[in-house]
Amino acid sequence: MTDMAWIDAALTAARPQAVGALLRYFRDLDTAEEAFQDACLRALRNWPQNGPPRDPAAWLIMVGRNAALDQTRRRKKQEPLPAEELISDLDDVETELADRLDGAHYRDDILRLLFICGHPDLSATQQIALALRIVCGLSVKQIARAFLVGEAAMEQRITRAKGRIAAATVPFETPGAVERSERLAAVAAMIYLLFNEGYSASGAEVAARAPLCEEAIRLARLLLRLFQGEAEIMGLTALLLLQHARAAARFDAAGSIVLLEDQDRGLWNRALIAEGLALIDKAMRHRRPGPYQVQAAIAALHDRAARPEDTDWAEIDLLYATLEKMQPSPVITLNRSVAVAKVRGPAAALAMIEPLEPRLAGYFHFFGVKGAFLLQLGRADEARVAFDQAIALARTVAEAAHIRLHLDRLAKESRASC
Amino acid sequence: MLYAILCYNSEDICGAWTKEEDAAVMARLGVVQDKLAKQGRLGPVARLLPTTAATSVRKAREPLVIDGPFVETKEQLLGFYVVDCATLEDAIETAKELTHANGGVGGYEIRPMAVFRPNSDLGSRA
Repeated sequence: MTDMAWIDAALTAARPQAVGALLRYFRDLDTAEEAFQDACLRALRNWPQNGPPRDPAAWLIMVGRNAALDQTRRRKKQEPLPAEELISDLDDVETELADRLDGAHYRDDILRLLFICGHPDLSATQQIALALRIVCGLSVKQIARAFLVGEAAMEQRITRAKGRIAAATVPFETPGAVERSERLAAVAAMIYLLFNEGYSASGAEVAARAPLCEEAIRLARLLLRLFQGEAEIMGLTALLLLQHARAAARFDAAGSIVLLEDQDRGLWNRALIAEGLALIDKAMRHRRPGPYQVQAAIAALHDRAARPEDTDWAEIDLLYATLEKMQPSPVITLNRSVAVAKVRGPAAALAMIEPLEPRLAGYFHFFGVKGAFLLQLGRADEARVAFDQAIALARTVAEAAHIRLHLDRLAKESRASC
Repeated sequence: MLYAILCYNSEDICGAWTKEEDAAVMARLGVVQDKLAKQGRLGPVARLLPTTAATSVRKAREPLVIDGPFVETKEQLLGFYVVDCATLEDAIETAKELTHANGGVGGYEIRPMAVFRPNSDLGSRA
């Protein structure tokens, strides 16, 4: 790594902690962000000459705070800014500051910062955009690209989100145990949302949205380092790693979806799978199951199978049954039916999903899955109807193209039998 | 004399490498490893999973299992084992066994390995 690349990576890594601490100090998101930017600019001038500080986050907090205070003073008194040299030698202050900022403080600072981004008053898109901008430090341009909107529109969206945050009061006192666990749950949900925003992309969007999955994993790992004993955060991190491990195999060269059973398992990222499996192992010891852990366990069963036929569908069925009890939802039942079809056959699976139709009448996957079961049962005409309904509901070209394959095959078969 | 060379780096930074960046670093390190291996001087090489995957066992009459890495600064790293365990539970049991064999202060940090190359030619030289 070159020096500049290292500094860039170090600034990104220190960002959540530094912005979190500056936010506690100034109690204003814009001031905290400006202070951090200012500190980064000084780091870019200072670090190549003096070498990187022992604790980059502490350096940035110290320098950022001084810079923002100078700004305020200058505005008040029109005094000149102190010379750069005065803040370049920070060794003593830095140590002192690092001593004062203990681990627990960092933890609540970062959690608060993440919680503000995942605030319940914000829409899902606002949450994600704000987290990417403020915590991950992506530029507005990068975020706009990931959301496939113009830069000005994204700028406006972020500004509006910040306005809402300023209006909603977030207490700055150290949170109590209950409040902390509520914040943790909201933040976990925001990270999951961010990941899915990237994971659900298809076709030409895949490359543009891949960073969303990577940033979500970075945030999940960060959260887990702060809350080492939280089984659900282990589960969340494992889930994201185990899903993202299959990224390279999920689409073909033309951008079409490749189903799990057709994926080239050689393309799966073994390092991410190993990390995900290790985290599930850790989580299980706590015997405090939760939805993220169960979903991670399902993803793990897929990732563990060397060939599609090695998949332990019976266990997946059981895990989905557990998940249904934890979070009753027709979509989970629909997912479970895929495992049921493997274990007990398509007739049982179809019987399971038919009652869901009124609630999933607008859901693409419902008709795709229904069509597939009907096809397996040899009910081609009904399958065609279901696939037509699926195409009508497809949100992306890749989804429609995938169903089209089934329809084409059906058409070919019916021609052949004529 | 056999030397252990322990690798330290910022997890945040290494964890953010792209697959390509990671592969490039590993390839450059591979060149050094290959040279040492050809000279018959290389023992086991390992890369550990991140500290988020760590579990620690602190020595006590009833050893304490803690999620996360071993963070005490009063103790120093004095050695390590590479043990094949079917589950994390097995690894914890093994660490507890070591605790019973050698009580006192300190403990063990259990870290799953991402990469392990045994390069066992050195076995006779220890």
